Amino acid sequence: MTSIRGLGRWVINSVLRLGRATVFLTATLLGVVLILRRFRLIVQQVFAVGVLTVLIIVVSGLFVGMVLGLQGYNTLVDFGAESSLGLVVALSLTRELGPVLTALLFAGRAGSALTAEIGLMKATSQLAGMEMMAVDPIERVMAPRFLAGFVAMPLLAAMFTAIGVLGGYLIGVGLLGVDSGVYWTSMQEGVDVYDDILNGVMKSVVFGFVVTWIAVFEGYDAVPTSEGVSRATTRTVVIASLAVLGLDFILTSLMFSEV
Amino acid sequence: MSQHDKSHDPLIEIRDVGFAFGDHRVYDGLNMNIPRGKVTAIMGPSGCGKSTLLNFIGGRLTPDNGDIRVNDVSVPSLNRRDLYALRRQMGMMFQSSALLTDLNVFENVAFPIREHTELPDELVKNLVLSKLQMVGLRGARQLMPAELSGGMTRRVALARAIALDPMLVMYDEPFTGLDPISLGVIVKLIREVNDALNMTSVVVTHDVAEGCSIADYVYLLGHGRVIGEGTPEQMNATQFPEVRQFMDGLPDGPVAYHYPARDYKEDLFQEWPDD
Repeated sequence: MTSIRGLGRWVINSVLRLGRATVFLTATLLGVVLILRRFRLIVQQVFAVGVLTVLIIVVSGLFVGMVLGLQGYNTLVDFGAESSLGLVVALSLTRELGPVLTALLFAGRAGSALTAEIGLMKATSQLAGMEMMAVDPIERVMAPRFLAGFVAMPLLAAMFTAIGVLGGYLIGVGLLGVDSGVYWTSMQEGVDVYDDILNGVMKSVVFGFVVTWIAVFEGYDAVPTSEGVSRATTRTVVIASLAVLGLDFILTSLMFSEV
Repeated sequence: MSQHDKSHDPLIEIRDVGFAFGDHRVYDGLNMNIPRGKVTAIMGPSGCGKSTLLNFIGGRLTPDNGDIRVNDVSVPSLNRRDLYALRRQMGMMFQSSALLTDLNVFENVAFPIREHTELPDELVKNLVLSKLQMVGLRGARQLMPAELSGGMTRRVALARAIALDPMLVMYDEPFTGLDPISLGVIVKLIREVNDALNMTSVVVTHDVAEGCSIADYVYLLGHGRVIGEGTPEQMNATQFPEVRQFMDGLPDGPVAYHYPARDYKEDLFQEWPDD
């Protein structure tokens, strides 16, 4: 009986939270419209959320591309198809690994930082202080961060993919002897702008929206104590990662089911 | 005669306010008048809802019943736009100071000015420096909040609270955790700022000595309502037991030392762990 009551309470709390998150999103999107005229605030946040995430994206993209080159070559060479290495690396990255891994890294690096920053602002009454100065924290704090995450995520995914392709090239061409021209030609012939690249970009846009929404909301909704901020930060990484993986399956089903 | 009329024209009127956090009844029929142009201290033991009262006045919380009027405007019935317009005429100094940690002292004080006006940088600079000069921190304008002492942090928060020359400044526990020198500075500043800028000040505190030293009028809260009020002299002279216990800092009295519990002996013989 207790467990049923507990389950009921969990469901009710989850629905309430989803409701709060939706109301918050609506207010934030309205705030984004109002904050567009304050370009400097947005640039500051794009720097904090996007530029400071570049290093981890570049390093990860390079290694993922190198592993793809290595694994792809070892598999393809058994079938005498190593000339398709460029295509395999590029398709893996543009369709899946670029958007998904970037979103997971983005949730871990930028998402957790956003939640912790906003949660601590709440815990130290900075948000309340803004409200009392007649400054809406959703417009002044949440909206620029949300917009910055939304803009930065697809750019970071594109960067991850490009560096990954170079990583595959380094291993495939530089180490394993695949012809350089063949590497690029197979990619040029096999990768479709709409089916592959644009679908990948759409994924990264959706992931950017969802991950930043979760991160900013978790910070705003955090219990204003050390433990509350810690829990909110953990929740951001866990929920955002699961949301990215779940959405990836749904988006892939919708985009590639007829390819 | 006109002076007399002004002192009896309250800036804030609190009428029959009731409020509960869940099952905990915080206020039950609270009535108060905060006089215009004066320093009013609201005192009471920790947890009696003093800060909640400031949140009512600032419109961050809405009472379950009753009305709060600031400058003859009913705060709970204001829409968001009008509430924000009213808040521009209020300043608040939080217990934690609530300075924006990513901005230096100058930018913290400039924050409300930049947010609400389109003044040129030169004028913003002059305004900010004049406020910092008032609190004695003009030379600390480049420091970050993390580099400030507790007393300096409160002074910056005070400068920020008066940046737009509000009609009302609210102080939430301004004396807590300060060394004697910083405490003296804050006490002096609250009085000076109130008189120099002709504003109304509401100081929420549980510090009897400092509260009485600067206040023109004192309210003592308990059991969700006002249990004592008057000038500091009247409060010090009263014989009402609950007021006396608070003013004299007695550990036991009408406000019991022990949190409500069952009989001690019964508790000792109870099987452990109990429910």
